[in-house]
Amino acid sequence: MSAPSPEIAVKTRSLTRILIYAALIVFAVYYLLPLYVMLVNSLKPLDEIRQGDMLSLPQQFTLDPWFSAWSTAQIGVQPTGLKPYFLNSILMVVPAVAASTLLGALNGYVLTKWRFPGDNLVFTLMLLSCFIPFQIVLIPMAKVLGLLNLAGTTWGLALVHAVYGIGFTTLFFRNYYEAFPTELVRAAMIDGASFFQIFRRILLPSSGPIIVVTVIWQFTNIWNDFLFGVSFADVNSLPMTVALNNLVSSSTGVKEYNVHFAGAILAALPTLIVYVVSGRYFVRGLMAGAVKG
Amino acid sequence: MPFLEIRNLEKKFGNVDVLKGIDLAIEEGGFLVLVGPSGCGKSTLLNTIAGLETITKGEIHINGRKVNDLHPSERDIAMVFQSYALYPNMTVAQNIAFGMEIKGVPKPERDKAVNDVSETLQIKHLLDRKPSQLSGGQRQRVAMGRALVRRPLVFLFDEPLSNLDAKLRVDMRTEIKRLHQSMKTTIVYVTHDQIEAMTLASRIAVLKDGILQQFGTPAEIYNHPANMFVADFMGSPAMNLIPVSVERSGQSVRLSMPQRSGDPLTLALPDSAGKIAGHAGGNVIFGIRPEALTDPDGADRGSAGVVLSECQIEVVEPAGSDTFAVTHLGGKQVVARLRADARVAAGSRMKLAFNLDKAVFFDPGTQLRIA
Ligand SMILES: Nc1ncnc2c1ncn2[C@@H]1O[C@H](COP(=O)(O)OP(=O)(O)OP(=O)(O)O)[C@@H](O)[C@H]1O
Ligand SMILES: [Mg+2]
Repeated sequence: MSAPSPEIAVKTRSLTRILIYAALIVFAVYYLLPLYVMLVNSLKPLDEIRQGDMLSLPQQFTLDPWFSAWSTAQIGVQPTGLKPYFLNSILMVVPAVAASTLLGALNGYVLTKWRFPGDNLVFTLMLLSCFIPFQIVLIPMAKVLGLLNLAGTTWGLALVHAVYGIGFTTLFFRNYYEAFPTELVRAAMIDGASFFQIFRRILLPSSGPIIVVTVIWQFTNIWNDFLFGVSFADVNSLPMTVALNNLVSSSTGVKEYNVHFAGAILAALPTLIVYVVSGRYFVRGLMAGAVKG
Repeated sequence: MPFLEIRNLEKKFGNVDVLKGIDLAIEEGGFLVLVGPSGCGKSTLLNTIAGLETITKGEIHINGRKVNDLHPSERDIAMVFQSYALYPNMTVAQNIAFGMEIKGVPKPERDKAVNDVSETLQIKHLLDRKPSQLSGGQRQRVAMGRALVRRPLVFLFDEPLSNLDAKLRVDMRTEIKRLHQSMKTTIVYVTHDQIEAMTLASRIAVLKDGILQQFGTPAEIYNHPANMFVADFMGSPAMNLIPVSVERSGQSVRLSMPQRSGDPLTLALPDSAGKIAGHAGGNVIFGIRPEALTDPDGADRGSAGVVLSECQIEVVEPAGSDTFAVTHLGGKQVVARLRADARVAAGSRMKLAFNLDKAVFFDPGTQLRIA
């Protein structure tokens, strides 16, 4: 048996390379195809879609479906477009993400730097809350919202999401702060800094990566949530996801596919933007936690 | 009255006894070094003084005030950590000024204090940098600056030099000593490096397993170790601890120790070492430091206790300033410290001078020093 000659070795190597790239391209196309279909068809008049070719580029380019989806399309019984519901979602997501992130950070700080008897039990219980399915909390949560007089409001929805998210955010921050040098906290104690001063001046400024991870995680989860929205919101506080569903399923008469596609892209846009802007930090933050923890 | 006093201090982590009744006291301006092997409780002891760990039992007094229950920031102490613990998000100047900022000291006053301290430590050109942009030695200086600026009653150092390379460590050691001499502030300093302990301390406390083994001046610790652990731990190379039997022949008392071959080596004790006479017929541990075991020309001529005896040299280790020769006595390796140019060859026999004035003796059972 002779060893393979160098030329053959080079050839096989470039062949594997070609195969790998081919496979990757196939996967990329496979994943991007739905987005492509949505985008192209949201820019066509309805007639053109009806002609049957979902994959062709628009012959007659139009932005009307987008305007319609945003401001005039029929959602349920009102011809409001998705605009008010988009605002609802924003008003729900921002406080919920802010509150759950902040509380998660505080919890992580206490659980790692101010250990107390039973702290691990508390942490375990918070971890458990990550595994509770949405459906289980629906009825008790409805009861609590009623008691708080927040039923059917955007604030109520924000509260639900904030509470449900604290388990995850606590987990993220605890693991991150576990690797944070305790000597820094001790130095700050000797310098006379209080509990909150240490948190704000020493820990938070070093928490950039994990804050990004937490915000992305919470933002996408809360923005994309359907079940809590459909269960706890009333007609005026519906989030974007539920409104989109109503747009798609409730329109009487003709199905305006182009408007539906435009609406769906509008609904996905914020999470997309969050990923593009901070996705790099997301990966970096996850890695940091993984390596150090 | 002592400036810093620790009385019967005990510390438990759960059921684990980490400090078992420590008593220490140091006068104002003293330099107390806590030394001991890894895990003996040095850092824990320092942290209890700082107030970063609660204590299980006992009392700590600083300048006549009981500080047991005071918050670290109220104890009038400053601490330099092993990892330096510089706040990564702040500049050097902000790091140094942080304590004052928390206390609400006005900005002009803060700037002046930072300026003074950075001048003392020669870190003025670094004030606007972040800790990540500093070398290890520079971080060390900044950490000291942060402590100095507090003007505390007591400085606490936890192995401040252990992350530096060997050369820098020696420089910083000298610098710490110089700072102490000019400021005259009381210092408690943790290290596991016995040379640091010897060079810096006015008092050394040797710890092992949470028990204070000995507390005294460097000379006391070095020349009169309380037990075999201290004798072995302090000094480099370590003291030779040789099992010997004590024999009486007529008026004189001799030590006898087997060699690898031939007759046992015997050393007649001079009168000055006669305290050991009570142990005639028994066994003791004979402790002699390498520098008290030399070539005859290098021996201390002023000492009456020098006894010459021929030994088999097994290994020779030139170290520049000295030459170390290893022989074998009482079943142990024994290191002698010869002059650098002493004529010695491995495998030959040569006369060694034992300075018995410097010898110490331990009870093999209790390990305590008996003479
Ligand atoms: N928070 C803690 N919980 C439980 N045990 C601890 C804790 N901190 C320290 N210990 C134990 O106490 C003992 C003394 O620790 P300490 O850190 O004081 O040692 P050290 O003398 O400073 O050692 P080194 O030279 O390695 O720094 C060790 O056995 C350690 O495992
Ligand atoms: Mg230590």
